[in-house]
Amino acid sequence: MKLHDAVVIGGGPAGITAALYLARSGCSVALFEQLTPGGQVLQTESLENYPGYPQGIKGYELADLFTAHLEGLNIDRPAGAVESVSGTAGRFIVRTDGGEENAARAVLVCSGARHRQLGLDNEDKLVGRGVSYCALCDGNFFRDQIVAVVGGGNAALEESLYLANIVGKLHLIHRRDGFRGLKVYQDRLESMPDKVQIHRSTVITSLEGEGQLTGLNLRNVQSGAEEYLPVDGLFVYVGFAPVTSFLPAELQRDDQGFIVTDTEMRTSIAGIFAAGDIRSKLCRQAITAAGDGATAAQAAFVFLEQLHA
Amino acid sequence: MAEQVTDATFESLVLKSDLPVLLDFWAPWCGPCRAVGPIIDELAKEYEGKVRVLKMNVDENPATPTKFGIRAIPTLVLFKNGETLEQITGAVTKVAMKELLDSKALA
Repeated sequence: MKLHDAVVIGGGPAGITAALYLARSGCSVALFEQLTPGGQVLQTESLENYPGYPQGIKGYELADLFTAHLEGLNIDRPAGAVESVSGTAGRFIVRTDGGEENAARAVLVCSGARHRQLGLDNEDKLVGRGVSYCALCDGNFFRDQIVAVVGGGNAALEESLYLANIVGKLHLIHRRDGFRGLKVYQDRLESMPDKVQIHRSTVITSLEGEGQLTGLNLRNVQSGAEEYLPVDGLFVYVGFAPVTSFLPAELQRDDQGFIVTDTEMRTSIAGIFAAGDIRSKLCRQAITAAGDGATAAQAAFVFLEQLHA
Repeated sequence: MAEQVTDATFESLVLKSDLPVLLDFWAPWCGPCRAVGPIIDELAKEYEGKVRVLKMNVDENPATPTKFGIRAIPTLVLFKNGETLEQITGAVTKVAMKELLDSKALA
């Protein structure tokens, strides 16, 4: 079994930055990413607040540049998805779904977050048949049709604005009265009442449709009134959940499951560092993930020096 | 590289194929499609002679996706003897795709 100085799990902005910094420091690094590097950047239409790109940059273009930056560096790229991390500082074992094992002196967890599902009965069956989690990918299939967006944060509002330009009619459904997302997005949506209908204090109780989504059953949580809303599509933006199932149970998490670290990205287990969206923190952006990755790499480098000492 | 299928070649390359076909519906502007693209190319090589692994750009070929009710990309559809065996939506791992091919296409 090969022993690396560091294994980096996840190829989004955090993992790519961490791998880049560690490789340039002379450490032997293995980077695990199941798909093409980029993480959630690949699901973003364009980034308009990443410094260096005053005209904005397409998500996939930035992801391609991230990948290009790894080329020429001495970084192992083993295949497979990480299934478990065990062991202790100095010798962790990282096991993949293909059954391969890699040993590492330090582990940097950068596996990020994934969209949450509504948790309704036939949701899984209707994915790709009307239910979607990516407006950018699937919006075009609903040109001039009726769609609903569920959620109340920035993602729900941003994607509603994107979809409003494509679809015939958009219903925005939120379980609370007030939105968490930016006021400027709310104002824009409220300024197009012919196109966008906002359903506040409303939850989706079930999805209708066999083989293809046909409508939503709604309930107003204040009045208790129930309503059937025929739709062709439903876009779900109800938050993100951290991807941590492969990590030791004793690794400290917050009440939402995100990993707790100090300011140097050290977790509750010596030798395990966490960076990016998987951390318990307020701001989850590509730029903060990259920053976390650099900090974690530096902290891991110091940790490795002390191991050797 | 996985070969591209068009609306015009769909019947001959997919429905009338003597081998099972894994068809990836994709578009160049779709991030998750780009995330699985290289895996599709690898599978095309690894399963050569056993499964035909092909891609269809939904922007340039609207008829076939409409016919199959494709409303999300990436969507992978497995065909055998002209019939649809399985349909998977969203970016899935290479291990999951190989499992699908080994259990359904080659069974």
